Amino acid sequence: MTASFRIEIRVVPRRGILDPQGKAVADALHSLGFPEVGDVRVGRHVVVETRAADAAEAGRRAAEMCEKLLANPVTEDFEIEQVVPV
Amino acid sequence: MPVTPRPGDPTITPALVAEHGITPFEYERLLAMLGREPTFTELGIVSALWSEHCSYKHSRPLLRTLPTEAPWVLQGPGENAGVIAVGDGLAVAFKIESHNHPSAVEPYQGAATGVGGILRDVFTMGARPIALLDSLRFGDLESPRVRYLFSGVVKGIGDYGNCVGIPTVAGEVVFDPAYEGNPLVNAMCVGLLKEEELIRAVAQGVGNPIIAVGARTGRDGIHGASFASEDLSEENEAKRPRVQVGDPFTEKLLLEASLELIRSGHIVAIQDMGAAGLTSSSAEMAARGDVGVVIDTTKVPAREEGMTPYELLLSESQERMLVVAKKGHEDDVAAILQKWDLTAAVIGEVIAEPVYRVTEGDRVVAEFPGIRLVTDCPTYEPEARESDAIRAQRETDVAAIAELPEESDPVWTLTRLLSSPTIASKRWVHRQYDTMVRTSTVIGPGGDAAVVRLRGTDKAVALKVDCNGRYCHLDPYEGAKQAVAEAARNVACAGGRPKAITNNLNFGNPKRPEVYFQLREAVRGMGEACRALQTPVTGGNVSLYNENPNGAIYPTPVIGMVGLVEAIAHVTPAHFRRAGDAIVLLGENTAELGGSEYLQRVHGLAAGAPPRVDLDAERRLIDALLDAIAGGHVASAHDCSDGGLAVALAECAVGDEERWLGADVDLSAWDALPRRALLFGEAQGRVVVSTAAPDAVVATAARLAYAARVVGAVAADAHGVPVTAAGGRFTAALAALADADGGAIPRLMERAASASATAGESRPHHTTP
Amino acid sequence: MKFGIVTFPGSNCDYDAYHAVVDQLGETAAYLWHKDRDLQGADVVILPGGFSYGDYLRCGAIARFSPIMDAVAAHAARGAPVLAICNGFQIACEAGLLPGALLRNASLKYVCEQRHLRVETTDSRFTAGYEKGQVVRIPIAHGEGRYHADDATLDRLEAEDRVVFRYVGADGGSDDRSNPNGSLRDVAGILNEGRNVLGMMPHPERAVEPLVGSGDGLALFESIVARVAA
Repeated sequence: MTASFRIEIRVVPRRGILDPQGKAVADALHSLGFPEVGDVRVGRHVVVETRAADAAEAGRRAAEMCEKLLANPVTEDFEIEQVVPV
Repeated sequence: MPVTPRPGDPTITPALVAEHGITPFEYERLLAMLGREPTFTELGIVSALWSEHCSYKHSRPLLRTLPTEAPWVLQGPGENAGVIAVGDGLAVAFKIESHNHPSAVEPYQGAATGVGGILRDVFTMGARPIALLDSLRFGDLESPRVRYLFSGVVKGIGDYGNCVGIPTVAGEVVFDPAYEGNPLVNAMCVGLLKEEELIRAVAQGVGNPIIAVGARTGRDGIHGASFASEDLSEENEAKRPRVQVGDPFTEKLLLEASLELIRSGHIVAIQDMGAAGLTSSSAEMAARGDVGVVIDTTKVPAREEGMTPYELLLSESQERMLVVAKKGHEDDVAAILQKWDLTAAVIGEVIAEPVYRVTEGDRVVAEFPGIRLVTDCPTYEPEARESDAIRAQRETDVAAIAELPEESDPVWTLTRLLSSPTIASKRWVHRQYDTMVRTSTVIGPGGDAAVVRLRGTDKAVALKVDCNGRYCHLDPYEGAKQAVAEAARNVACAGGRPKAITNNLNFGNPKRPEVYFQLREAVRGMGEACRALQTPVTGGNVSLYNENPNGAIYPTPVIGMVGLVEAIAHVTPAHFRRAGDAIVLLGENTAELGGSEYLQRVHGLAAGAPPRVDLDAERRLIDALLDAIAGGHVASAHDCSDGGLAVALAECAVGDEERWLGADVDLSAWDALPRRALLFGEAQGRVVVSTAAPDAVVATAARLAYAARVVGAVAADAHGVPVTAAGGRFTAALAALADADGGAIPRLMERAASASATAGESRPHHTTP
Repeated sequence: MKFGIVTFPGSNCDYDAYHAVVDQLGETAAYLWHKDRDLQGADVVILPGGFSYGDYLRCGAIARFSPIMDAVAAHAARGAPVLAICNGFQIACEAGLLPGALLRNASLKYVCEQRHLRVETTDSRFTAGYEKGQVVRIPIAHGEGRYHADDATLDRLEAEDRVVFRYVGADGGSDDRSNPNGSLRDVAGILNEGRNVLGMMPHPERAVEPLVGSGDGLALFESIVARVAA
């Protein structure tokens, strides 16, 4: 018996790695009147629709997906933000 | 079976007809053709096929006057692309197309999908694309909106062409306030094929299946009027994105699969589903073959649920092709596509009955007799009248314009011109393009013409896109003549014999008499030049209505020229190569100053008569150049164009970024001319040649009764460029010239970068359509 | 000698690698389809440049799971040569054949131009034909070529003489303009531990004929042939 889940995953450049895109966005925000902005990091948001026995299993499988394909362990961190039944 | 309207289709009213861009006169013709009222689906089909874009209704009578034939032309206008023979059993397919309006809305995707479309036009002729070129126009680069458009377009062209793996080898970029609200993005593709592999998009063979290949069909690009019948809730708007998104990865697969299909012998015709998608591709293939076709829209692979026949027929989703296969070969076709991870669906067939029929399952939703759907579109020749204001601009006495005090130093003027974004080095642009993939680019961007070798032979093609919109504005007849002549001259400078052109006519609203005048005169000038230079027109594109409430763009008939280099040894760069070579000027300096970049950049004026082109002289110049090159006498050749002789000399000196060379130049033979006209005027028919054999070059020119004179010598880089002219001598330092030339665009863009973030990714909300 | 050139969906420098090997070296070559599992007896495998799978997700991230990659990994494990160029380098890093990763250029822009590289080691089957310290002119063409690895990895690469090429200026020195993409320690190409897998962002296969820009890459291919033939 499986159910459908929507999993939202966030992948961002690992802290300490130069993120030129984030830096460009930070610079732009500064010049557009947001001097309060500090660090900006630009990453990816991945939404996966899948089937699993329960939310815990869906989350475990999602972590495996990240380790294997969705994030690069050398340069990126990932976080499973949400596992929502659909 | 009779045609039956779909339940829920809107009633045909005069308002609905008008919203589809169909005039009452055209609607009468439609009624006469059908003998009944059209269905909503039929109205959509007609609005697409009778649109300006598909029907050329305001330009066709003029285009018919252009020369289209020569012994080497294998395919003239009317196909996906033109084709010329280049010997050794090889042929070159090429075409230029605009994506102006989409690029104005979303520069990145607009430009990218423009490149995708022109690639498909070329590989559907059976040709493997070998080069891309672009002709771009933007407003003043000082404007943030223009910088956003410029960087987005450049990134879009680069990302698409780079990914597919076709080198972008040349282009032109012009900045002028005339293009402020209406940027022009014209992309040209050149492909190589064996003559026997040429395939035409002609539907043939009763019973042959019609197959849709590639991406699924979504609701993209079904334009305004087309869904005016439904309530325009935000929800409905959101469901039909106006911006088409390109997928270069799928394009690369389509390219490989299509060439494999064509060579397999399993298909009889193939065409891109471009503008007006399935409708135009199927109707045009049927019309060319003079056969009937039937399409069942329920068989078309759709990206979304509940799409109507109207939507499926008019969608402009990208990366789709229509194929007519040989009956019984469906599985072979599917196997080839599967190898490339592409899907295919049989959606119709060629039929004996002379009709164009669309069904939705069992229901016939549209049916037109024979090929009249394509041939019955009316053509128009509206009133033409030159604008009095433009005539007055042309008749301005530009010689009487006072010099600025700074102009007492010609180096100031020269530096000012070199740093004009229109003249300055476009390295900022072309280093974002893969110019070298396929390892055949002998001369890439920055040369007079690009040169791409034809592997397996000792030959190459020389390629150029060209047009001076300011000249065409001041005098469309002379301006269009000049565009052809300059493109031919550039090709010859690189060592190629000009062979044929493709054209992209970018104009305003032809229903305005002053715009139709420009169109008519430009086509007349272009035809005359093409006849004189024996470079027929093999096809092209017309983009009208490039205007906004502030006015129309400059008339911009862009010429895409293809030339043939007979031997690789003839390939000639534009920049100086050896200290000690003599510098020979081919052609005559004149007092002409009208239409020049000098007047625009230094005095802010688009005025005066543009320089005259003597087509007979241009032909002799090309012959002289090619003779001298074939004789091995020419080290470099560079045409004098924007900014005149002084700019040309500076470009010869610093054109090779890795190795500058100086020059010592004496122009005192022309002391009778005004200095600014001599240095910065744009007299035609002039080429700066460097040579170790000046006597041979001068003698070659003399045999063809063409003026040639030694004007100096190439020197070491530390020498700078001292010029003796008008009784004085001035010296331009190479570092300053290179800085003006190379630094102008990066400085403008970097200054802007911090304010607008990463163009192409952060998009301003206030896009103007 | 036989070269096997892998064609992934989206590869676009496979053709150039083929012509470099066949036309300039006179060796034989075969295209290896990504869905196959057989290297067709290739002595040398080239993972060519391009945009495999459109560079979607991350460059090389999807291609590394192609069926042919198991055979390529086994070939490398045997100590046989693999030349991974540009997108091929990205795939090799994703596949774990080489350490590190290639990130978006610091300029955020794709860059295509001739660059100068310094040959840092001749102790490899790919560079035996060069002089140590020699400056060569080889083009780059990429948007994501910024080499990244942690300090320990970089230290180890240097200690083991596995940095093969560095970006330099025309004079062989380095300044603020000589590194085109922000690669750490100016790294342009590296070897694996076994010194039989070379990954590099510049395109040696585009530098085998002065007619189209440079002939400086030819020695790399000649080195491979000389070594494998020996």
